[in-house]
Amino acid sequence: MMACHFLRALFRIQQTSTSSSSSGRSRRIRRAAYASMAYSAGTRRAWSRALLRKLRSRARLRFPRRLSRAATPQRRDMDQAQVLRKLVPGGPSMDDCKLLEETADYIRCLTTQVRLMQTVMDSISS
Amino acid sequence: MSGRGSSSRITDEEINELVSKLQSLLPESRRRNIGRASASKLLKETCSYIKSLHRDVDDLSDRLSALMATMDANSPQADIIRSLLRS
Repeated sequence: MMACHFLRALFRIQQTSTSSSSSGRSRRIRRAAYASMAYSAGTRRAWSRALLRKLRSRARLRFPRRLSRAATPQRRDMDQAQVLRKLVPGGPSMDDCKLLEETADYIRCLTTQVRLMQTVMDSISS
Repeated sequence: MSGRGSSSRITDEEINELVSKLQSLLPESRRRNIGRASASKLLKETCSYIKSLHRDVDDLSDRLSALMATMDANSPQADIIRSLLRS
């Protein structure tokens, strides 16, 4: 269960990071967020498998923020499917159909995680 | 849908189904941006939405981190987390 994993991770971070920097703690929380998303979907989904691989290899979790305008100067209409592939974990190896399926599941999971984090925030702040 | 080989033919109907499924996942305000949806506009809006969700995760991580800095192991907030864990 996503909530359980995330809360346990938060608790661990709280216990072990009293002396560490705020940005270090923030990175750990962010990583815990993506980890609990990936664990909740498990190996059922291509996006969660890709995310689990990234987490286990301890690679930095990065998602592109900006559309690269320099990439295809002659095409004003960017291939949005390509942009989407960069945003969904495991995207580059998916065909269009798979990409749409995985995107739908990924969005559902992301919104649940965001709502969970907001709930925790509200609980702590009150 | 699952178990489909990458070489099999995808029908327009199936694409439309997935596209409308995707559209239903966008918040109302973003759906309004698309209007009479073209696949391209929908994909663009979807990309924009995912990026904003990623930003939300970053932002909430920062804010949670700042909040946790004010907590110690014995503070009431830690009890809140513990009780959330138990529920």
